[in-house]
Amino acid sequence: MLRAQDKLQDPAAAIRAVLFDGAKVMVGGFGLVGKPLTLVSALNESPFSGLTIVSNNLGEPGRYLGRTLKLGKIRRAVGSFFTSNPDAVRAHAEGRLEVELLPQGTLSEAIRAGGAGLGGFYTPTGVGTLLAQGREVRELGGRAYLFQEPITADVALIRAHRADRLGNLVYRATARNFNPLMATAAKKVVAEVDELVEVGELDPELVVTPHLFVDHLVLARERL
Amino acid sequence: MKEVIARRAARLLEPGWVVNLGIGIPTLVSKYLDADRIFLHTENGLLGVGPPPGADEVDPELIDAGKRPVTCRKGAAFFDSAASFGMIRGGHVDAAVLGALEVDERGRVANWAVPGEPVLGVGGAMDLLCGVRTIIVLMTHTTREGEPKLVAECTLPITSLRPADWVVTELATFRVEGDRLVLVELAPGVTSAQVRASTAARYFGEGVG
Repeated sequence: MLRAQDKLQDPAAAIRAVLFDGAKVMVGGFGLVGKPLTLVSALNESPFSGLTIVSNNLGEPGRYLGRTLKLGKIRRAVGSFFTSNPDAVRAHAEGRLEVELLPQGTLSEAIRAGGAGLGGFYTPTGVGTLLAQGREVRELGGRAYLFQEPITADVALIRAHRADRLGNLVYRATARNFNPLMATAAKKVVAEVDELVEVGELDPELVVTPHLFVDHLVLARERL
Repeated sequence: MKEVIARRAARLLEPGWVVNLGIGIPTLVSKYLDADRIFLHTENGLLGVGPPPGADEVDPELIDAGKRPVTCRKGAAFFDSAASFGMIRGGHVDAAVLGALEVDERGRVANWAVPGEPVLGVGGAMDLLCGVRTIIVLMTHTTREGEPKLVAECTLPITSLRPADWVVTELATFRVEGDRLVLVELAPGVTSAQVRASTAARYFGEGVG
């Protein structure tokens, strides 16, 4: 049990344990829902910068990842929707932010593939559009597909609803979104949860993320 | 005007279907459909979207893809984003009701890149157009400036090579048959001449109405 209990950490300590300058960091959430708010705040207070952030979008202007951007910590963003944050649009226009835009289904599947040890996949999404530029096109069974490489990261910061002390995770409502995928695709995974229970208290039938994916647990201090 | 479009679109949805509603006019469709027999899918991870919550029942972790608070109905299921887009790309969603900026005379849709702005957002638009079985586009017939949105060739970047199946505006309903746009119905009180005058795309079925 000692090893298991070690997973619970203070947010700042967890961020210090996994992050470094220039790290590639996955951050869960669809907008702010399912975003690990406490961990993103700890990231914003940390000295680390030059980060690549993999997240569906860069949050709201000045809040959470929007603040990370304003603090100048993000060098590159990989996601599907950055237009909801005018700061991201401006940073990109001024050459301060490099952006890789992927359709949301391609983004989520690329993270899944990364976590599952696959070398990529062919998707029909985006064929013949601006987002197909520079990509390998392959015809399979009479249909055109685009090749997509897997996405992995150094660190994933995710949010779940409940964890046991081993790190098994259960999610809640639409806060699940990218979190279980990102949990599989990074070298170090920190999960922020509302509630921590003893081993044996989670119904194994309902565990979404098994504990082997989770390195550190943090209790949420900030919630929607 | 938007309500007219939404009401007409709701009639295209068949009982038992799983339907994804986009933002804008498509959102209004939920008011007019048979809520007991249509299952609403939202790509951020819910099948079984219920009506909007009352002010005291808002759950901050329960939203649709337009980030509006929703409820979930009996029999609903939550899932992750990859599973959700697997449903979409894999052809398991029966219909998507989407907004559009332009549709060309072959039924191709432009609904992701806004004129004059950098291309930094796509979301689920391309996956929906690519994978959902029936694509229903809802839009006003012309822009605010009165320019036709049904055009010969899209001037904005297209979302997919795959055409829409239906286009519903406040003036008329079109079906895409092969690579042809066919006028199948005029809205009440609208004449073919009115549709002709506000449409820049070539279409068939002039005799309707």
